[in-house]
Amino acid sequence: MATTKRKRVTTRADNQASSDDLLKYYREMLLIRRFEEKAGQLYGMGLIGGFCHLYIGQEAVVVGMQAAITGDDGVITSYRDHGHMLACGMDAGGVMAELTGREGGYSRGKGGSMHMFSKEKNFYGGHGIVGGQVPLGTGIAFNYKYRGENRVCLTYLGDGAVNQGQVYEAFNMAALWQLPVIYCIENNQYAMGTSTQRHSSSPDLYQRGMAYGIPGEQVDGMDVLAVKEAGERAVEHCRAGKGPYILELKTYRYRGHSMSDPAKYRTKDELDKMRKEHDPIDMVKKLLIDGKIIDEAGLKDIDKEVKSEVAKAAEFAQNSPEPDVSELFTDILIDA
Amino acid sequence: MPIEVLMPALSPTMTEGTLAKWIVKEGDTVASGDVLAEIETDKATMEVEAVDEGTVGKIVIAEGTENVAVNAVIAYILEEDEDASALDNVSASSAAPAAAPAAEAALAPAVAEAPAASTASAAPVAASGAIERSETEPRAMSVINATMDEKTYTSFKTQTVREALRDAMAEEMRGDENVYVMGEEVAQYQGAYKVTQGLLDEFGDRRVVDTPITEIGFTGMATGAAFMGLKPIVEFMTFNFAMQAIDHIINSAAKTLYMSGGQLGCPIVFRGPNGAASRVGAQHSQCYASWYAHCPGLKVVSPYSAADAKGLLKAAIRDPNPVVFLENELLYGQSFEVPDDEDFVLPIGQAKVEREGTDVTIVAFSIMVGKALKAAEQLAEQGISAEVINLRTIRPLDTNTIIRSVMKTNRLVTCEEGWHFAGIGSEIASVVMEHAFDYLDAPVARVSGEDVPMPYAANLEVLALPQEQHIVDAAKAVCYR
Repeated sequence: MATTKRKRVTTRADNQASSDDLLKYYREMLLIRRFEEKAGQLYGMGLIGGFCHLYIGQEAVVVGMQAAITGDDGVITSYRDHGHMLACGMDAGGVMAELTGREGGYSRGKGGSMHMFSKEKNFYGGHGIVGGQVPLGTGIAFNYKYRGENRVCLTYLGDGAVNQGQVYEAFNMAALWQLPVIYCIENNQYAMGTSTQRHSSSPDLYQRGMAYGIPGEQVDGMDVLAVKEAGERAVEHCRAGKGPYILELKTYRYRGHSMSDPAKYRTKDELDKMRKEHDPIDMVKKLLIDGKIIDEAGLKDIDKEVKSEVAKAAEFAQNSPEPDVSELFTDILIDA
Repeated sequence: MPIEVLMPALSPTMTEGTLAKWIVKEGDTVASGDVLAEIETDKATMEVEAVDEGTVGKIVIAEGTENVAVNAVIAYILEEDEDASALDNVSASSAAPAAAPAAEAALAPAVAEAPAASTASAAPVAASGAIERSETEPRAMSVINATMDEKTYTSFKTQTVREALRDAMAEEMRGDENVYVMGEEVAQYQGAYKVTQGLLDEFGDRRVVDTPITEIGFTGMATGAAFMGLKPIVEFMTFNFAMQAIDHIINSAAKTLYMSGGQLGCPIVFRGPNGAASRVGAQHSQCYASWYAHCPGLKVVSPYSAADAKGLLKAAIRDPNPVVFLENELLYGQSFEVPDDEDFVLPIGQAKVEREGTDVTIVAFSIMVGKALKAAEQLAEQGISAEVINLRTIRPLDTNTIIRSVMKTNRLVTCEEGWHFAGIGSEIASVVMEHAFDYLDAPVARVSGEDVPMPYAANLEVLALPQEQHIVDAAKAVCYR
């Protein structure tokens, strides 16, 4: 199978999204952004500790991909994971409370920002070792195939992770055994502080599966509709039993790698241009207004709703108690 | 109430910084994400962004101010329906550098919100093996766990360790559709050491999976599958190659249950030959017992006999936790009596007293058990009665059996093929020192591999490995004979 080289950017005319869908994507992306801004603020107040990797700018990726799958499909990612969890439908309060290390968090405060899971929502982490989630996600897909279930596993990785050897070990086996896994490479153009030009011998990361015959395509990851459309193609491929698929979602993170990163490795102009011309939320906002799907007042109501949801999450995250000290010794082993 | 804009902490260690520059001025309208100011720390210049929308009502800290404490109010933002008069109420409280440094701020909620007492429901922490202990509980008590009597069987058959391992896998695969075997050469080749002989024929290639030579890849995949409830048996051709995959064994398999607050278990077995084989050099001759035994979240088993191999591997496959199962290539062909009973399973975490004695305790695991038994025979001829303990499980360690024996013999020799530094013998010596110090009549002696990479030359290899005679000598030394 030859690697297909498609650089599609869905135009407004061929987008199939209904008004309801557009409003849904707008709300979901806005929730992620406001949530992350709040997380940044709580970090600044010392309420969130350790590392905190914000997803601001990349919202269209997870919202678009989630729109292409069903709730039965699996999702796994690395440590920049808050957006993925919200997109999976995990409760904002539970996620924020994990960030603050409280009992009400998804891991009862024992995982933190980088290590959260929801079996109920088929979200399998939240992994802190760059590239580690790629074989794990491939194993989830192996499990689907083993059980004869027609489910797919979205396995997200960053542009930095594509240089880890285990990624290719997983690619090889996924292609060899035709596993239903979609590798979503979130190319936000910086592996921590090292740009793709400086870390990748080829800028086209969607071709990284070429040696294994895995089809790949590059997608405008700032355009939720383009992401969804490409995601649907990938899902169809997987569900048809044709094996893995690679999507390179070109995106951009507005914030530094983590909270203590001033992002001096890129220019302010570059960031401003992205924010002004390619913001994923503004893009949908324009579609909504131009299409007369909603007016400014209506958008404001959504903003208010989202803001209140985030405020509630932040409140919960601050009021939820720290885990009981007995939690130190639980969940190490399951009783045999 | 106007919204407070606080001096942010940019790292957990930052306590103050310089307010370098205001990007906005009083009266400006701002939206979420707009840059308000730049602040400087010793490491970097960062931007402060607005989290809420509104109008900049008042700038409290002028630009250029140094040593601004984290969490100090630096400005107020007026909400849509507020005017400047709203600021009248707040200025009094804000002027003081009220904010605490980040570290204190982080602690504050803990103090304020920590429950006065543990809630009843959270109190009974489910026992999860020997790992659990409360700091208020004397350690000596926590290690005295109930000893399960090994079922006595009437019918036995003679089997090699290799056959016993194969039978254990086959029996468990027959009983549980979720159990499958994965590894290099496990299927068509019938196992690099023929341990998986016949499994492909019986179970097919869906459940007996030949992998490429790709340890971290298939280990990660099997771990992901185990998160989903499958029960993979991952065969490493030897544990030397598992070093390629140790990230997934430790970081993914062992830690995820904890990191997920108990949501994702990992019922998986990592098995294969461990330790020195014969004349295969430094990269193929290493004991990993202490590496894996170091880590909470793993169980580590190391059988000696065919009965150990069968009973413990069955238990490992049934165990809901990740189990590292360390075999020994030189033992594969040795024959032992194995109970002829489909229900034969041995408990993980329980050692076996292979030979009773009164003068000295010799603790060993895997191939060293055979050497210890031979040493005990030699010692008996010299009038020393040695008790030999086969650990069977390294973690959780059956400290109870060891301590009981030392309380009787008052002398201890530990044996392992691996290096002594931070080894299993070191751990056992510590445990005995902590719990049975007063019973010791001599310092604990450690018999171990020499502190060198394994040499290839036949004569040097023999010198590098612990031999029967070393055990005899050590036992005599602790008996002052």
